[in-house]
Amino acid sequence: MELMAHLADGFATSLTSLNLLIVVIGVTVGLFIGAMPGLGSVNGVAIILPITFIVPPSSAIILLAAIYYGAMYGGAISSILLGIPGASTAVATTFDGRPMAQKGQAGLALIAAACASFVGGTISVVLFTLFAAPLADVALAFGPAEEFALVLLAFTTFVGLGGDDVLKTLMMICLGLALSTVGLDLISGQPRLIFFDQPGFYSGISFLVLAIGVYGIGEILYTIETQKSAPSVTPAKLTFGELWYGVKELNKHWKTMSFGSILGFFVGMLPAAGATPAALMSYGIAKLMSKTPERFGKGTIEGVIAPETSNNAASTGSLLPMLTLGIPGSPTTALLLGGMVMWGLVPGPMLFIEQPDFVWGLISSLYTANVAAVLVNLALIPLFVWALRMPFTVLCSLVFILCIVGGFAPSQKMHDVWLILGFGVGGYLLRKADYPMAPLVLALVLGPLMEKSFRQTLISEQGNVLAFIERPLSGTFIAISVIFFLLPMLKHVNRWLGRKPSPAE
Amino acid sequence: MLTADRVIAAALMVLSAYFMWHATALPIGWNGMTGGPGGGAFPFWLSAIMFVTAGAIIVRSFRIKFDNPDTFFDQETLRAVLVVIGSLVVTITLMPWAGAYIALPLFLLWYLKVFGKHGWTLTLLLTLGTPVFLFFFFEVTLKILLPKGFTEPLFIPLYARFF
Repeated sequence: MELMAHLADGFATSLTSLNLLIVVIGVTVGLFIGAMPGLGSVNGVAIILPITFIVPPSSAIILLAAIYYGAMYGGAISSILLGIPGASTAVATTFDGRPMAQKGQAGLALIAAACASFVGGTISVVLFTLFAAPLADVALAFGPAEEFALVLLAFTTFVGLGGDDVLKTLMMICLGLALSTVGLDLISGQPRLIFFDQPGFYSGISFLVLAIGVYGIGEILYTIETQKSAPSVTPAKLTFGELWYGVKELNKHWKTMSFGSILGFFVGMLPAAGATPAALMSYGIAKLMSKTPERFGKGTIEGVIAPETSNNAASTGSLLPMLTLGIPGSPTTALLLGGMVMWGLVPGPMLFIEQPDFVWGLISSLYTANVAAVLVNLALIPLFVWALRMPFTVLCSLVFILCIVGGFAPSQKMHDVWLILGFGVGGYLLRKADYPMAPLVLALVLGPLMEKSFRQTLISEQGNVLAFIERPLSGTFIAISVIFFLLPMLKHVNRWLGRKPSPAE
Repeated sequence: MLTADRVIAAALMVLSAYFMWHATALPIGWNGMTGGPGGGAFPFWLSAIMFVTAGAIIVRSFRIKFDNPDTFFDQETLRAVLVVIGSLVVTITLMPWAGAYIALPLFLLWYLKVFGKHGWTLTLLLTLGTPVFLFFFFEVTLKILLPKGFTEPLFIPLYARFF
């Protein structure tokens, strides 16, 4: 029962008044950010990260995890009340959440979303607790060769499973990795890629600068055009009777909820997948398994429960590889990873040995964050209805200010603020041209690890490239990577051989 | 849409060529002495892949038969986006010279009143409230000094009061 002892220690950390307060603040901020159309967990974490210096590192990561959680809950709010997904992860929630609101059941839909998120979050945190320590134990055996293979695997999942244009995905991975090499060479210490001889580039390009640029400035520029007219908010009233009815209704759908949670957790672990596909898959499967599939899309409560359990479970799932292996499972966890490195905590198996207080404090705070999120969510629904009426330009102007000041604060260099604007505009144009942003950010965060592990392996093996495939674990990872990488090509060959008319893409 | 796709891919090609040129400052080949690639190898070969990928995107764009009828930018969007980017450029240029406490409120005033067409009450509330919040949050609590430019002397009494 070593696990329970660890968890109990963790709760001793997470139940301190400071950390409880942080969790409540974090989920509230996260709920608001998630509820704003267009802004999701990744934007929230990117914009808030620079100002987390206000609390000690271990609390800062709890704050960010709480924001992450809150944003996952919050996404459903605008999906239901506005019919616009609050974040891409809540797209599937609009399918039935919006019709429910139009039928006058907005309150019930919100209750179902909040409670389902709670169930999904809780089941996945239990799974997380069970898997974390064993996985970290396995990962302890990893050397640089395995690390390199694992990073490679993370990138190839984008190519094989990402679903975006393969060439454009590859482009973004390479761009992110190339940007990560700016600054001083890891091994020789010589400067490289110092553009225009600007001294600011010597310290490299911080992931924070790219994230604030792409997910702060870029995202707002992107939403300027999609949100020309003020959306109409469906009013929602909440009564205890409805709450009771909602919970009773939810009780009938344990199969959908547990299935959605488990599916979400495992899909969330994959770097290329994450909460959005998990929610869509869960919705699809719930419809397949339902006795009344014809009611889906017309406002059935099951259609809200399925995606909401799943996207919350996926957000927990994506924390697992980040914490145990040091490989983030989503762009948001990539930012959390970058933040941890900034605070001097190196994610990976050693963290479980060197900083058990921190690890178990974080895990147990996921439990408290879940409870806090569901309570704050239900209590503040009237406030969200009011906040969603806020004109979009007010939100934009405040996000711009936060991006500029937040980008300046960590390094206190105007150089970084200019870079943020550059990445914002560049990211906006690339995104408009259907280049995926997640691999870019992940590549910038993982780039240094990838290069370091690659070159360390070669130095210790006297330049023997075969070292990567000779070691059993890294060989397996490489083999899976190759399969993922070839997957899109196989599809092409298959279509070419079959000579079938290709469906419209 | 296809034209925009080509222009962006071409721009990425130029960018990767620029990266490659920069990377050649360090050895890009195999370093026989230590084993493994030189310091410039990673950026160089990654940029090379980018170059080839961008080329492939351009080639592909000529082989697609049907163009997506959507235009990349409509007039209205392009104007709004350019105006916002322009205002951000002005704000960031002003910051080191006139200080954050002049540049940021000016941006808010412009964005809310002129661009967003909001009433004076809301505009003034946010324009005056935001700098006060920034001062207390960043300077007083976090001890992070924002750029002040020529307004620096005005803050000396405030420093004396709060530090």
